[in-house]
Amino acid sequence: MALLEIRNVTRRFGDFVAVDNISLNIEAGEFFTLLGPSGCGKTTILRMIAGFDLPDEGQIFLDGKDLADTPPEKRPVRTVFQSYALFPHMTVAQNIAFPLKMARCAPEEIRQRTRATLEEVRLADKAGHYPHELSGGQQQRVALGRALVSQPRLLLLDEPLAALDAKLREEMQLELINLQRKVGVTFVFVTHAQDEALALSHHIAVINQGRVEQVDEPSKLYGFPQSRFVADFIGHINMLDAQVLEAAHGHTRLAISGLGEITAPPVAGVTVGSKGAFAIRPEQVRIGIHGEVAELKNHFPGEVRNLLYCGDVTVYKVQLVNGLMIETLLPNSAPGRAEFLEVGDAVRVGWRHDAGVFLHE
Amino acid sequence: MSEDRTRLSPAARFTKWLVSGPPFAFLLLFFVAPGIIMVLASFRYPGEFGGLAPIVAADPNTLHGFTLETYRFFFSDFIYTEIFAKSFLVALATTLICLVMAYPLALLIARSPKKNRGLMVLLVILPFASNFLIRIYAWMILLGPQAALSQMVNGLLGVFGMAPVHLLFSPFAVLVAMVYVHLPFMILPLYTNLEKHDPALLDAARDLGANAWQRFWCVTFPLSLPGVFSGSILVFIPVLGMFAIPDILGGTGDMLIGNLIKEQFLGTRDWPFGSTLSIMLTVTVLACVWLAARLGGRRRRYA
Repeated sequence: MALLEIRNVTRRFGDFVAVDNISLNIEAGEFFTLLGPSGCGKTTILRMIAGFDLPDEGQIFLDGKDLADTPPEKRPVRTVFQSYALFPHMTVAQNIAFPLKMARCAPEEIRQRTRATLEEVRLADKAGHYPHELSGGQQQRVALGRALVSQPRLLLLDEPLAALDAKLREEMQLELINLQRKVGVTFVFVTHAQDEALALSHHIAVINQGRVEQVDEPSKLYGFPQSRFVADFIGHINMLDAQVLEAAHGHTRLAISGLGEITAPPVAGVTVGSKGAFAIRPEQVRIGIHGEVAELKNHFPGEVRNLLYCGDVTVYKVQLVNGLMIETLLPNSAPGRAEFLEVGDAVRVGWRHDAGVFLHE
Repeated sequence: MSEDRTRLSPAARFTKWLVSGPPFAFLLLFFVAPGIIMVLASFRYPGEFGGLAPIVAADPNTLHGFTLETYRFFFSDFIYTEIFAKSFLVALATTLICLVMAYPLALLIARSPKKNRGLMVLLVILPFASNFLIRIYAWMILLGPQAALSQMVNGLLGVFGMAPVHLLFSPFAVLVAMVYVHLPFMILPLYTNLEKHDPALLDAARDLGANAWQRFWCVTFPLSLPGVFSGSILVFIPVLGMFAIPDILGGTGDMLIGNLIKEQFLGTRDWPFGSTLSIMLTVTVLACVWLAARLGGRRRRYA
């Protein structure tokens, strides 16, 4: 049985349906992420799990128990708020001890567990400081410690890294992964940053307009998106309008409008004539002037229109003969740029027959 | 500060003085100067027919010069200390009653939808639109023996076989009017403070297991202490010096410092003693403000 089960939950605000018949299962001990653009309903889901909002329809079960009649203060669920919401009139130690005090634990127990948590979030030397005396990353760790000190069943994190700068965000990502592994508490993480979601999660639910688009492991979500939205929202992708010519056992043949035929991996449940899009990641598209691309099953001539030198990689935008633009990238592993391609160069782009996915309309 | 001044151009410096000059002169003339006069007067003898005795006298047998007599007199009779203590208690009681009554109201306004708050604050300060004395006289009518309130209370007391009470000209009437007049001075600073509280803090407290009672006493109240202190000062100080309310609504036994001081100047015409009482009052008030600022200031540092 899943630790948390969200069953057919709907939440409306006036005419606006913020959460539309969502069902999710979150297993004990996992790092689960709700990913979606702002306004997609992910924060509303989080607030309903915490108890600050109630579903109009559907139920939420924790350990098999319906939470409908349990107020937030009675749920074994803690939240790390986006603004951290640390108590400004309390020291770091007092902030962390707060949930234990509210639960009327014995003074000795409060002292011990506060100290252990301070160690855990590496703030033992800041115990007597006030929140406003700390850096953003340290405040973040106080919020985490305060939420974890009473050993909740579930920890909800509402865009906790949004306020940090890029470098610190990366550090905190590693810290979150380590902390989650160490304490073993189930994390439900809300974010609109797909790179963050991919880096941190065991499972990701992509939410769009109040509905679940896809729930999967990060690599599956990235490699095998099941809808245009997921393909487009996570990472970069080339999307070509396509129609199925042949649906064989080992492969699919697709007609790309204006370009020609390609061979793609097999797709379950499509028939000849089905329309949709062929999606392929830039790193799966090869680019070259010489013969190496011609050995690939699918290859087309084109011309370099733009290039973006990004340090680790160079991104090329190639215009194919029919006017379609295809994005591809090359790692800059050799000193300087990998290939000395310039804007205006005639090139060939191609990809393997088992790369990319066909997205059914 | 001094760095700012060096950067000002002569014209800017002139403008600064032009703007701050008049209020500065006003305070000097009507606040500092009378204060000095009062301090000096407290060390002199009263004149024969009011006013002050001369500093230098032609006849050495008449009272003249400077003396500590009034201060000795103040401490010689316990009754003055007693009146001070009583005034202090009335001010304290008024402050506490105002606090208890104002807090829920301030909280209610602060947590109302934003568009309603302006109207609610307007209602709080609406009584200021009518004259202070008129409002006090209105209480005289409201608390009078023929008024519905007195009739009701005494009727009820009669049922239980108790003697009727007189509401007007009693400490009760004084306290009621004191609270009535000063309540807005408590509500406004409290509201200003409570309105600024981050609602996420209450969500966080709730999320961390605090029930409504704990949320109030562990989060809302400690964070509102600066507002509690400023409101208390704004109520406590005027009440301590108030003489109109005890004069109009109090009985003959309800004399407070304010009445005593007024009496020295308008009744017994003992200016030096009146000055001494005023100075004692000022010192008491300053001590209270200093104490409150110290307590309040310590909280404000991290609020």
